[in-house]
Amino acid sequence: MSNWSNRKYIIGAIILIVFITIFIKLFYLQIFDETLKQSSDNNSQRHVTVYPGRGLIYDRNSVLLVCNEAAYDLMLVPRNMDEFDTLSLCNDIDISIEEFYEKLEKCRKYSMYRPSIFHKQINSSQYAVLQEHLYKYHGFFVQARSLRKYNEGIAAHILGDIGEIDIKTLENDSYYSGGDYIGKSGVEKSYEELLRGSKGVEIFLVDVRGNIQGSYHNGKYDKPATPGKDIHLTIDIELQRYGELLMKNKVGSIVAIEPKSGEILALVSSPSYDPQLLVGRKRGHNYDSLLNSPAKPLINRAVSSTYPPGSIFKIAIALVALQEGVIKTTSYFPCDVSKVACHGHPPANSVARGIQYSCNPYFYFVFKNTIQRGFEKSIFKDSRIGLDLWKEKIMTLGFNQALDIGLPGVNKGLIPGSDFYDKWYGKHRWAFSTIYSLSIGQGEVLVSPLQMANFCAILANRGFYHNPHILKKIDNEEYVGENTKKIFTPFAREYFEEAVKGMDYVVNEEYGTGYYARLQDIRVCGKTGTAQNRGKDHSVFIAFAPKDQPKIALAVYVENAGFGGTWAAPIARLMIEKHIRGYTNDSILEKRIIETEILSNE
Amino acid sequence: MNRSKRGNILVNIDWITVAIYLILVFLGWINIYSATYNESHISIFDISQKYGKQLIWIGAAIIIAVFTLIIDSKFYSSFAYVLYGIGILLLLSVLFFGIEVNASKSWFQIGDFRIQPVEFTKISVCLALARLLSDENFSFNKFSDVIRTAIIFALPIILIFLQNDTGSALMFFSFIFVLFRQGMNKVVFITSFALVVFFILALIIDLEILLIISLALNIIGFTILNKYSSQKRIVFYTSLVLAIISYVLYKYTNIFVDKTLTLVLINTAAIALLMLVLFIIKKNKTIILFLTTIIGITIFVLSVDFVFNNILQPHQQNRINDLLGISSDPLGAGYNVNQSKIAIGSGGLSGKGFLKGTQTKYNFVPEQSTDFIFCTIGEEWGFLGSSLVLFLFCFLILRLIFLAERQRSVFSRIYGYGVVSILFFHVAINMGMTIGLAPVIGIPLPFFSYGGSSLWAFTILLFIFIKLDSDRLQIFR
Repeated sequence: MSNWSNRKYIIGAIILIVFITIFIKLFYLQIFDETLKQSSDNNSQRHVTVYPGRGLIYDRNSVLLVCNEAAYDLMLVPRNMDEFDTLSLCNDIDISIEEFYEKLEKCRKYSMYRPSIFHKQINSSQYAVLQEHLYKYHGFFVQARSLRKYNEGIAAHILGDIGEIDIKTLENDSYYSGGDYIGKSGVEKSYEELLRGSKGVEIFLVDVRGNIQGSYHNGKYDKPATPGKDIHLTIDIELQRYGELLMKNKVGSIVAIEPKSGEILALVSSPSYDPQLLVGRKRGHNYDSLLNSPAKPLINRAVSSTYPPGSIFKIAIALVALQEGVIKTTSYFPCDVSKVACHGHPPANSVARGIQYSCNPYFYFVFKNTIQRGFEKSIFKDSRIGLDLWKEKIMTLGFNQALDIGLPGVNKGLIPGSDFYDKWYGKHRWAFSTIYSLSIGQGEVLVSPLQMANFCAILANRGFYHNPHILKKIDNEEYVGENTKKIFTPFAREYFEEAVKGMDYVVNEEYGTGYYARLQDIRVCGKTGTAQNRGKDHSVFIAFAPKDQPKIALAVYVENAGFGGTWAAPIARLMIEKHIRGYTNDSILEKRIIETEILSNE
Repeated sequence: MNRSKRGNILVNIDWITVAIYLILVFLGWINIYSATYNESHISIFDISQKYGKQLIWIGAAIIIAVFTLIIDSKFYSSFAYVLYGIGILLLLSVLFFGIEVNASKSWFQIGDFRIQPVEFTKISVCLALARLLSDENFSFNKFSDVIRTAIIFALPIILIFLQNDTGSALMFFSFIFVLFRQGMNKVVFITSFALVVFFILALIIDLEILLIISLALNIIGFTILNKYSSQKRIVFYTSLVLAIISYVLYKYTNIFVDKTLTLVLINTAAIALLMLVLFIIKKNKTIILFLTTIIGITIFVLSVDFVFNNILQPHQQNRINDLLGISSDPLGAGYNVNQSKIAIGSGGLSGKGFLKGTQTKYNFVPEQSTDFIFCTIGEEWGFLGSSLVLFLFCFLILRLIFLAERQRSVFSRIYGYGVVSILFFHVAINMGMTIGLAPVIGIPLPFFSYGGSSLWAFTILLFIFIKLDSDRLQIFR
């Protein structure tokens, strides 16, 4: 062992070398390097953050939706406080003397040496008064901020809101510091990084009393703020406003898409609220009351809520069956009400007629042919194979996937597959007869209004779609991104033509279920749906128009409003008219819809 | 030597070490007072403030120290593995029951009090290592013994990585001193140092230069190790030619996409092949070792990017970038270090005086009473004060080496070197990071930094050794 004993010198030498290195560096820093001592002599730096202006938000026609308003935070470094006229300060910013001491204690508790926000969001007029007296209040200074201003008072779910950053985000993102504002919902959240710009900083030298002595190194280390980018949304604010008006006193959503581009024209979620409610000092209070409201106005139902789609799903069922070759466009199936209930109508001798009459047994048989194709003797094994093939196909229509539209909270919905039912019933314990209600858009399938509208856009385009999106321009440059690209669906065009023919019949022919959506000179194609519910049925309608070169495709979902033709169809019709013509001329219908109150009974 | 002297612990305790310990703890306390000084709580004994609490921790630490001295010294060697097991269990349980602080899940919270078990695991690893290496039959030439040693380190390192506490995990590499002292092959020792140097070099230097350095190192290493001078030239020229070929290949063809991979792989493959041939001819053991070393370096260099991008946390990456001058944003990641340097620099020769520091109070706050306590010393006590603290630590560590070397028991000596390694790593890295010499990894300055669990752990660590040392005369070889 002792033969290694001389190694103690090597170890000792290494340790000594490291300590000598530290010693030399200390000598260099403390004796030699003069630049570091500039801030010595009881001078110290103060970093004043320069907040950039947040980007503005416009609609597709360059109507300004969101802008900024100046506000000022009164900051305090408690240690630098001197005796002063506290009453005068209280008057300047309009607080009571008790509040003053409360705030002072809060700042003291946070830090004696670091600036903390003494009073938030002072408006311009108060600031003017305060500024004149500020020199008397040692330790206080003002930091400029900007608040959001939502000009139109609508589209709250799209625009979203900003608020003070929460602790969790703060810890994970070094860009932010405490008290910063960050997008909390809507576009403000999803495009936070575009809108926020980047903060700058100005460094000042201050003496122990906190008085500014000048800029640090003549501003060499200052960093200017970069303003946020302005964005244009794809939303047409007039159409949005009209949609919100029509949905007044109802619970549900409207999603309207321009089929040829995937641009979202309107995205209504009702009930809604004025986004301006969530700005400024009253934010906290308003937020709580919105959060606790039984109608849950904060939820963006258009993208976050999913429902059984009802009969509109029959079109998708037919498309898959046609493409898989298990039926033909001219297939006839009897209206056999022993299988599933139906209403009286002439016999359906083609897919288009099946869609027109929305014949439940027709799609029962269509779906049965799709699910049980005789790959296997056992109907249990057979249904498993059939269902998975079906699911793979139907998902290409945008179902069961979270469409990246540029808003937070998009729900992917659900298309149940064999794994789903295996978990529910056990493997090989279920067959077509267990799941047939899928054929009429009931049962376990869940679809968001956004997905319905997107599906409608696919039908309007006869087979392709652009991923629906909400962002149109960034700093006046047309936005192109991963979520604007064109996607083709694996269905033959002739099958889409057949489906569209059916949707045309629905609106424009006798025995069609969507005659309320009919317009004189615009050919509307649509499909009604009535989604069964524990309470009253939900009313659903998807439509696009005109039939050739469609300009708008939309989905209307009204909760607890009963048959789809009664409420959702006329709302869709008015929206189409408004978009294509720019005005509507059926004021009686309009009035009836606006004044009707349909409240959720769940 | 008479019996009574041998048995009397008060006589045999190394009072010099104890005195340095007490001075350091005291200095730590008054600097915490200064760093967190609160005008509305002026008394240094005010237990609502950090300085008051630290006094309680110090009191408890002294009681703990006394207990550590009272326990029979055989306990530490006999129960070394048991304590190691407990240490590992603590690390495991903190993964499940711990709370997250600064993105590391490495703390237990009991009421208001937080404990970081890794602090105590250091002690038990140190004991277990001493026990293992002091075994009469232990040899670095035995494969099974090397594996055992590796396991002792691997278990805690893995668990600490899982807690996201890279700083503490790195500390275990400092035990290389212990292994070296106990007869680990010096090639491995040199290689380990080379690895560290390479890790940093690979981050800053162009690959072309790195390649030249690596070649030079290869050659120097070979020159030192290889006694067969006739082969030297062959190796030198061959590897040079191959390196140039690989460089030309990279530069003028598009065969290889990734330049790091290309250069290093070709270079290494060439050298490795050459070595293999030489080995087959000569069956020279040194060559095998050298071969392994080269391959080790290569894997290491290759893994730098991977480790840097995938294992280190973003804030650690920033800090390394900052340390190495890759990003020089005075308000970004380097903010802490920049402010820390200004604070220390502004202290000048004799400092601003007790409680007069402004830099540490105004700007630079996040960890001024814990990891960055050295700033306060530098600012308020100046170059004289900070050198004194540096000197005290240096003296303490060298004193511990001296004590370790005078042990008759191998166990005690190894443990002593363990204490040396741990203290050295903490002091060097902690001071280094405040003056921009080392990356900012959150580890405390022993005896100085605010906090009970770190103070207690370092106290136990040191006093076990003082106890072992005081019993040195009772042990015969």
